[in-house]
Amino acid sequence: MAQRKIKVLVAKPGLDGHDRGAKTVATVLRDHGMEVVYTGLHQTPEMIAEVALQEDVDVVGLSILSGAHMSLFPRVRKELEVRGMGHVLLTGGGIIPAEDMAELEKEGFTRLFGPGTRTDDIAEWIQTAVEKSRASEGV
Amino acid sequence: MKDAETISARLLSGDRLALSRMISWAEDGDDRFPASLSRIYSKVGRGWRTGITGPPGAGKSTLVNELARVFRQGERTVGILAVDPSSPFTGGALLGDRIRMEERTKDPGVYIRSMASRESHGGIARATVDACDVMDAFGFDELLIETVGVGQAEYDVVTAADTVLVVLCPGAGDGIQAMKAGLLEVADVLVVNKKDRDGADRLLVDLEEAVHTREVRTDQWEVPVLPTNAVAGEGVEAVIDAVHRHRAHLEAGLLESVRRRRRVDQVKRVVGERLEDELWGGRRLGDRVEEGLDRASTPYDVAEEVLASILGGNLGAPAGDSRSEAARR
Ligand SMILES: Nc1nc2c(ncn2[C@@H]2O[C@H](COP(=O)(O)OP(=O)(O)OP(=O)(O)O)[C@@H](O)[C@H]2O)c(=O)[nH]1
Ligand SMILES: [Mg+2]
Repeated sequence: MAQRKIKVLVAKPGLDGHDRGAKTVATVLRDHGMEVVYTGLHQTPEMIAEVALQEDVDVVGLSILSGAHMSLFPRVRKELEVRGMGHVLLTGGGIIPAEDMAELEKEGFTRLFGPGTRTDDIAEWIQTAVEKSRASEGV
Repeated sequence: MKDAETISARLLSGDRLALSRMISWAEDGDDRFPASLSRIYSKVGRGWRTGITGPPGAGKSTLVNELARVFRQGERTVGILAVDPSSPFTGGALLGDRIRMEERTKDPGVYIRSMASRESHGGIARATVDACDVMDAFGFDELLIETVGVGQAEYDVVTAADTVLVVLCPGAGDGIQAMKAGLLEVADVLVVNKKDRDGADRLLVDLEEAVHTREVRTDQWEVPVLPTNAVAGEGVEAVIDAVHRHRAHLEAGLLESVRRRRRVDQVKRVVGERLEDELWGGRRLGDRVEEGLDRASTPYDVAEEVLASILGGNLGAPAGDSRSEAARR
């Protein structure tokens, strides 16, 4: 019967041009039983948050290669909060230097994944994190 | 937004977050959904529901994007529900229809929701009609329902939509295949998309012939066959015009009965689901099936026993009783 799935938005903000990584991650998450909305290239933070709202996702994953990560993550977080979507788990990956990653994680972007991460690890991390946040929500 | 009262009040005040959450409740079979639906149900029935179906890759999403664009020019608000298939193996889904509708994301008069088909096999999801009811109550003027790419037998959209567009394109089979698949029977409007491609004229002629040689439909509606190039936005106004004409046609006659049937179907669906839960949720019936099979009865004999015990109203009785009951029949 009906059951609650994990719904993820995989988005590719910024201007750099290829989305192979994002597509791979989207496919892996699907293979782990998740429902994955994929939106294509060049999304602005506003558009990403708007799609997250329309789709009522549990997770937003950003794929970033452009080096703009230090500003993009906080901007997406802010746009989500403005729309009442502060509960969404924001994560991401790409080419992010270790010290930036540590800094962002400290600012509350739960967990980021660098190049060479096993994609299965991302899926498993999301599964655990969503289960935990649903349990704390009490629903 | 934890209870039915709050969510329905917020939805009716125009809160899109409430709209999104209520659709999730419908999808997940959340037990707060029925109560929230009844609080908004008096607002259902104003939007027009157009279903867009056809084979994979025919251009359904691209056309939906264009239909929405033209509707918006006429100041009509648009709610879109785009269904993509779930994997029967992992239960996961890649929802990619909205990639073709990117331009619409910035428009506050358009709402786009992707939906995985989950355990349904009819081209839409179990929750599609519920989600349309929710979008309708929210107040969208036009509701567009894109089905999964259909093959030869997935036509549940007929029960979900007021007007059904069937989108075909050259290269995805000829007119004969469309007839075999029953696509012509479900279409209120036939669209030959990718008219810029070789073979489009031929397909157009084939379909026109097929439509004209068929007996007149019992509802007296003549199915138009319209060419489009969805990527270039060509022919879209004519499609919308056909939708409006079909709407006027239904409103002058069958609309009430079409919608009534949709509600009857919904009731049957809910009863079926609840029964299934009631029957197989506990272990008793499952145990009875195992016992029957252990006695080497055929699946039919066991089913007969099970049915007799259910219909006899003695679900809890030991297997022996139902056997004698089944024998008496
Ligand atoms: N040449 C041409 N290409 C088109 C036209 N309409 C759509 N396409 C292309 O056809 C491909 C599929 O289009 P979609 O709109 O995704 O098709 P769909 O029917 O929604 O596909 P599924 O949802 O996967 O079944 C895309 O590459 C479109 O750009 C058209 O009129 N002409
Ligand atoms: Mg599509």
